[in-house]
Amino acid sequence: MEWFYVKGILIQSGINLTAVLGLSLLTGFTGLFSFGHAGFMAVGGYAAVFAGMRLGLPYPLALLFGGLVAGIVSLPIGRLTLNLKGDYFCIATLGFGEAIRLILDNVQTFGGARGWPGIPVTTDLFNVAVVAIIGTFVMVRLVNSRHGRNMIAVREEELAARTVGIDAFKYKMLSLFISAMYAGVAGGLQGYYLGFLQPKMFSITKSTEFTIMVIFGGIGSITGTVFGTLLLTALPEVLRAFAIWRLVVYGAAVIFIMISRPEGLMGGKELSLAALRRLFGPRPKREVPS
Amino acid sequence: MSLLETKNLTKQFGGLTAVDNVTFTVEEGSITGLIGPNGAGKTTVFNLITGIYKVTSGQILFEGVPIHDREPHVIAGMGITRTFQNIRLFRRLSVRDNILTAGHSGARYSVVDSILRTPRYVQEERQLARECERLMDLMDLTEVASSRASSLPYGLQRRLEIARALAVKPKMILLDEPAAGMNPDETMQLMSLISRIRDEFDCTVLVIDHRMDLIMGICENIVVLNFGRKLAEGPPEAVQTNPAVIEAYLGASGEGVAVHA
Repeated sequence: MEWFYVKGILIQSGINLTAVLGLSLLTGFTGLFSFGHAGFMAVGGYAAVFAGMRLGLPYPLALLFGGLVAGIVSLPIGRLTLNLKGDYFCIATLGFGEAIRLILDNVQTFGGARGWPGIPVTTDLFNVAVVAIIGTFVMVRLVNSRHGRNMIAVREEELAARTVGIDAFKYKMLSLFISAMYAGVAGGLQGYYLGFLQPKMFSITKSTEFTIMVIFGGIGSITGTVFGTLLLTALPEVLRAFAIWRLVVYGAAVIFIMISRPEGLMGGKELSLAALRRLFGPRPKREVPS
Repeated sequence: MSLLETKNLTKQFGGLTAVDNVTFTVEEGSITGLIGPNGAGKTTVFNLITGIYKVTSGQILFEGVPIHDREPHVIAGMGITRTFQNIRLFRRLSVRDNILTAGHSGARYSVVDSILRTPRYVQEERQLARECERLMDLMDLTEVASSRASSLPYGLQRRLEIARALAVKPKMILLDEPAAGMNPDETMQLMSLISRIRDEFDCTVLVIDHRMDLIMGICENIVVLNFGRKLAEGPPEAVQTNPAVIEAYLGASGEGVAVHA
């Protein structure tokens, strides 16, 4: 296999991972399903390219700018929809994602449906890897803090969370904001990788794909999200041998995994050095509270 | 001084008046019982106090401050927390994480602190862990610290829910039928636990239960509700012999029968 081809898959994996990490915080840890994350990715992508090409910001700042804009766009949406119960939020995000795509289709400033060509190709394997690793690192630390625990509490039992003093609405907003930022940065990476942006790239299919990756990896597990994303990004490429049956096999594979392992690859567990030691090492001594 | 006071508390759901003009007080440091037949509005009163329901009319004062228009998490922050009739644990989390999560207000570090692992994060996180271990020790949960909450036997789940509430460091704890589904032995343990909560955690207790032996055994003051209205209020002996209470529990013309549920 040609290195150029493999490199392309790896870069796309890194871009997807950045977006899916954010969605994992929202869906996996806070328990909110979103089918509009491609919308945030689009907002971030266009904003980053705008910042780079029209405002002249350097590449890293342009990516950050894209993330920030996506995050800020998420705030009014969260304000309006996060008080909705369960499925209604999901439907609202679906509407948002489609609305963003249609707006970009019709606003000619950024090229409309024909897309935005001529973006300097700046994203390479190195900077995607750097972003994805920083993204994973930040997420792991966030989840292992009181803020992460509060989000998990909201997912587990919102009413009880509120009666122990957790501002459920605030934590849903925070989770949505951070996850939109991740999607925004991923959008920027995507634009600067392909050298071209088009609203069609951010359809509901893309949002669904991200959600599948989160669930496939296992709700509430960063390790699962990483493995799930890498596997599911590579899988359609591995299946190229099946030619036109490729996506059918892809679908069947996802269904098979979900049936045989409904909790996802990692089932909410994390793969860490400590966990490996517990698994293979000698039995640990019982902890003595000090 | 009374810690909690309700004044003409009323809650209507459409045409149904679930709580009707209820006025009562809970003294600081007391164990107060809230009893009444099924559907009397006891749990609704709890939901009103903790801010889960909005009152239709009337007032709730906590330490003299009106709380009936506040959000549940604000009320919890002021020092009122509760358990639920149908246990509501963070089911997929370990016992330790359940308690650790509830202790969150003991730490003030920000999102940025957690990402950078600042000394503040490390120090406060260590403090939370210490308090969590101490609480598990006091509540005899250390043995099961790493077990999933949903995997615990029923009695332990109830105890964990109380421990989680205590992690908030409340001034007042509301227990909604803590003895439901417990055998007599477990009920005895629960009674001594409730007394310990008051004495060791310096926490006022308001408890709903149907077990008269429990209520009569530990409460200093009892409020009786029936059809959303307050029927009686007073020390156990007075409530037990109150004709209106006996009628509500046993039907009309009870002649000198003591209340036994």
